[in-house]
Amino acid sequence: MTEILSSPTWLWLLTIFILSVFVGFEVISKVSSMLHTPLMSGANAIHGVILVGAMIILGAADNAVQALLGVLATILATVNMVGGFVVTDRMLEMFKGRSKSPAVKEEVQR
Amino acid sequence: MTRSEWIQLGYLVAAVCFILALKGLSSPKTARYGNFIGAGGAILAVVVTCFYPNMSNWPLIIGSVVLGTAIGVPAARAVPMTAIPQMVAAFNGVGGAAAALVAVADFRTHSNAGWAVALAVVFSTAVGFISFTGSCITFGKLQEIMTTRPVLVPGGRFISFGLLAALVVLVVVVIGTGSVPALAALAVVGLIFGVMLVLPVGGADMAIVISLLNSFTGLAVAASGAVLRNTLLIVAGTLVGASGALLTHLMSQAMGRSIGNIMFGAFTSKAVTAGAGAASDRSVRTGTVDDIAILLAYSRKVVVVPGYGLAVAQAQHTVRELADLLESKGVEVSYAIHPVAGRMPGHMNVLLAEANVPYEQLKEMDEVNPEFARTDVVVVVGANDVVNPAAREDASSPIYGMPILDVDAAQHVVFLKRSMRPGFAGIENELLFGDKTTMLFGDAKDTLTKLVGAVKSA
Repeated sequence: MTEILSSPTWLWLLTIFILSVFVGFEVISKVSSMLHTPLMSGANAIHGVILVGAMIILGAADNAVQALLGVLATILATVNMVGGFVVTDRMLEMFKGRSKSPAVKEEVQR
Repeated sequence: MTRSEWIQLGYLVAAVCFILALKGLSSPKTARYGNFIGAGGAILAVVVTCFYPNMSNWPLIIGSVVLGTAIGVPAARAVPMTAIPQMVAAFNGVGGAAAALVAVADFRTHSNAGWAVALAVVFSTAVGFISFTGSCITFGKLQEIMTTRPVLVPGGRFISFGLLAALVVLVVVVIGTGSVPALAALAVVGLIFGVMLVLPVGGADMAIVISLLNSFTGLAVAASGAVLRNTLLIVAGTLVGASGALLTHLMSQAMGRSIGNIMFGAFTSKAVTAGAGAASDRSVRTGTVDDIAILLAYSRKVVVVPGYGLAVAQAQHTVRELADLLESKGVEVSYAIHPVAGRMPGHMNVLLAEANVPYEQLKEMDEVNPEFARTDVVVVVGANDVVNPAAREDASSPIYGMPILDVDAAQHVVFLKRSMRPGFAGIENELLFGDKTTMLFGDAKDTLTKLVGAVKSA
């Protein structure tokens, strides 16, 4: 088990990929057009997790070129991730004023 | 458990957070909470990564993260609500570039790792850089640094096909030989292709382009994850890639168009944009604020159609004030929200929610369209393309087939516009010259403030 986890084979990676495709489709299948923009922005922030990859590259860099690419990738990925979540929150903040009365909430749920 | 297993477990929790985040974001009630969960998952993923074996260069890592945060947070905080679409495009672009750089930087490390890894490297490099330059052009169009109308480079179609062919050749070369110069060439071709992909798309379709490129970046991240054999990156990237593709489809469906038509439509429709863009010299009827105030005050039913102009003028509070005033005089007021009014779907909902407009007054297109025939006055505040009858009648129009708000069925239509300049799609609107139409030129907020004053004394 440890071996699979620490050094997954390409078939294992493909399995994860295919299953994720289905989850990705399923999870947003019912979304109102009102939320298209925040959803897109939230998804945008989530792919900012490439920061993890950038940190791994930079952490393992042993020459100047790799370090330079790593630094660039880390900065850009951080901008994507942090900025993405902040801007999504700002968008969603705008929605909160509306859902005060329970009746309205149900209406929104529809 | 070994350290590697703890790291995997942390990544698993982060992946679940991302799934819950997307789930939460698809319902208004849980959207904000979904975003928090997503941010929590991202922070967990970063913390867990700090325990990766054999990590060095800590000063560089910490410095880069601090610098990235110092750029990202103020940018996201300072951006006005009207400019949020281009901000999302910019964040998406840098994410794509980061994914591509990760794949490039790790290329030589895996020179003997077989074709599967090499394939992931070339995929991430090409798609990540396409997403980067594509997003840059999107940003330029939305920020109106460059023209918002479709740009057709002479022979653009052949250039695109040429680039595509070069892309395929380079992919084969890189996988076959592991050549670094070929990978660099692939990166350059990807960068140019991204530009060529977005240039021919009209400004009004930018939201869909952002969504598509968002999906691209997700897939590039997943491919980089395959290069690094990192399951979290594969899950997160694929989630965004798949949900982004579905979202792109849903959004283009809301506009009654196919993705193919949006991305490549400019190649097939001929010279539709000729002559547009310049203010027309045909005559229109302009009204005075007092006339319109009386018209409004003595109506039974008024529908407000908000558009991008409302966002620019920040007139959402004033429009609400006018609506409240009219309601107090016994006029029935509602807002007709076109799914793509403004620059992004839901843009108007966000703005009007900010002004505390009651939810019951917001009507979606399908709900409100049959009501226009019974409407006395439609007030169009800074919208144009979404009420253009050409979408219904003129088969040669670039927006033909897009569902619109049928405001021309109402008794009177009042346009609050800054000028006769065409809308974002860059096409003339016949409705502006109609007999039922009255124009009120000027800044939407100014005009609305004057209208409020005039209705009070009417």
